Amino acid sequence: MTIPAPKSARTFFLRPQDMIGIALLALLLLVVLPLALDNFRLQFVGKYLTYAFVALGLVLCWGYAGILSLGQGVFFGLGGYCMAMYLKLEASSPENTKIQSTPGIPDFMDWNQITSLPWFWEPFRSFGFTTLAVIVVPAIFAFIVGFAMFKRRVGGVYFAIITQALAAILTILIIGQQGYTGGINGITDLRSLHGWDIRTDSAKTILYFICVGLLLACILLAYFVKSSKLGRILVAMRDKEDRVRFSGYDVSSFKIFVFCLAASLSAIGGAMFTLQVGFMSPSFVGIVPSIEMVIYTAVGGRLSILGAIYGTLLVNWAKTSFSESFPELWLFGLGGLFIAVVLIFPNGIAGLWQSYVAPRLGPLFGGAPTRRAAPPSASPPASGPIAPAAAE
Amino acid sequence: MNTQLITDTMNKDFVLAVEGLTVSFDGFKAVNDLSFYVDENEIRVIIGPNGAGKTTVLDLICGRTKATTGSIRFKERELTRMKEHEIVRAGVGRKFQNPSIYEDLTVFENLEISYPKGRTVVGALTFRRDTAVKERVQEIAETIFLADQLDQRAEYLSHGQKQWLEIGMLLIQDPELLMLDEPVAGMSVSERKKTAELLNTIIKNRSVIVIEHDMKFVEDIAHKVTVLHQGKILSEGSMAKVQADPKVIEVYLGH
Repeated sequence: MTIPAPKSARTFFLRPQDMIGIALLALLLLVVLPLALDNFRLQFVGKYLTYAFVALGLVLCWGYAGILSLGQGVFFGLGGYCMAMYLKLEASSPENTKIQSTPGIPDFMDWNQITSLPWFWEPFRSFGFTTLAVIVVPAIFAFIVGFAMFKRRVGGVYFAIITQALAAILTILIIGQQGYTGGINGITDLRSLHGWDIRTDSAKTILYFICVGLLLACILLAYFVKSSKLGRILVAMRDKEDRVRFSGYDVSSFKIFVFCLAASLSAIGGAMFTLQVGFMSPSFVGIVPSIEMVIYTAVGGRLSILGAIYGTLLVNWAKTSFSESFPELWLFGLGGLFIAVVLIFPNGIAGLWQSYVAPRLGPLFGGAPTRRAAPPSASPPASGPIAPAAAE
Repeated sequence: MNTQLITDTMNKDFVLAVEGLTVSFDGFKAVNDLSFYVDENEIRVIIGPNGAGKTTVLDLICGRTKATTGSIRFKERELTRMKEHEIVRAGVGRKFQNPSIYEDLTVFENLEISYPKGRTVVGALTFRRDTAVKERVQEIAETIFLADQLDQRAEYLSHGQKQWLEIGMLLIQDPELLMLDEPVAGMSVSERKKTAELLNTIIKNRSVIVIEHDMKFVEDIAHKVTVLHQGKILSEGSMAKVQADPKVIEVYLGH
């Protein structure tokens, strides 16, 4: 299955080694893991993969464009809450809730003496609207934040701190508005999607495969963005923002774009989380999960799309194993891991792979892999033939 | 005399007209009531001691610094109210003092980003590396002596090559007004000679403002020299005239 792509594929947005990488990941997620793991463990992987959407967004936003957001949990949460609102409304049919003083509204609203469905819940009766909202609501939110910050040239550490503050604000807001949001417990007891019970094992397996499918689609999208000129502009901006500006680009609009894209990707992950895990709560919105997601990306390699996916899987797998055996040590382990990444291998697992493993594997695939963190190589001069990828 | 000057200004189509330009940083006037005019196809060199405000003048023209008062008109458009990228799109290119290139990208990609197409988000996403782009990049790369380095990552270039690359990045934009801040600083003698040659080929059909300290170099290329001192014009005219000016000798050229 790993036939090197024809040379004409050079004009395509994927290089041969990217295709091999994606194919291997697909093989692992679609065949190896479902065969090797029991249902219970597979559901764990499905949950981890929802964070991989966030990591993917961070690769584009932080790795390529150099915009560190410590508030990606906000977008994960917004996507998750949009989906949870839809599922909750479906679970709160008048028959299911006839013991409440106001039947037909979510249970937590009833407990909080709310007697009619708030206006902003109303559109979430529609699955079409919900699907759209999962992607669009976080993007609009990111646009507002990005517009306010990037047009004023707020960046770097200041931007990171502001995103962190947003994560804190949203958490407090959700917890404080218990009647509308379910408060600290979140939105729980979700049952069915369009009449399809999502709590059964078979449904969870199907949701796992949907999650993998969406992730692979998002990976392709990320590769497309990375290999377009926009991807190179992001790298250029990270390095010499002024030079990009004085080459005729409105730098802020590119930053807003990538921030919104990362937000939407995170939100898809959040929605898949809600579907697979069956609830959404503020504990996935706040500062701690947001920073953890940055660590997944850093460990995997913030410059590598696939690296970030593996990083997310590995860190979460380690988290689950450690938490089972030494729960009190896990946070130290995570902290230590982050320090190790910063000090010893700044480009994460992907960096280690590219500097040590790939050069030895290179000849096997007929083409030398790219140097560490090298962006797609430029085409040769117009007169020359189209060279194999990364012939440098 | 004064009216004469004003009518001259009105009648003539200057590419760049800077008038009454002042910028003050916390009360310190880095540029003070500065006026000068650049003709079509003119090469203007700005010289002056450190802190005279030379780089600030370029910053003001390209929009990096906002003027406190005064006006900068470029082809009848007021630059002081425009954003940086709009000024670039209007046809003003600027080279920074230290080579400002994208180290993580190849020479080809560096030039391609400066190619004046696909400058919006959608444009950049749908940008195709077509034959026109490749040919233009190749052409520029030959001009800046980097044709055999197109696939090289820019960080591996020598200092002089980085300077040339940045000049190439401006060239590919084909600006009508090109501003160069110390283009030969830090270069070896042979690189300097090659750069002078390069500048002589690229200044055709455009106006150029150069900041430079190297007097030999200035003599070679300047049509007209403006000497700045403490944010004001000390002297202006041909190189010979400026060199003979006692004020200039006193504050700048030395003895």
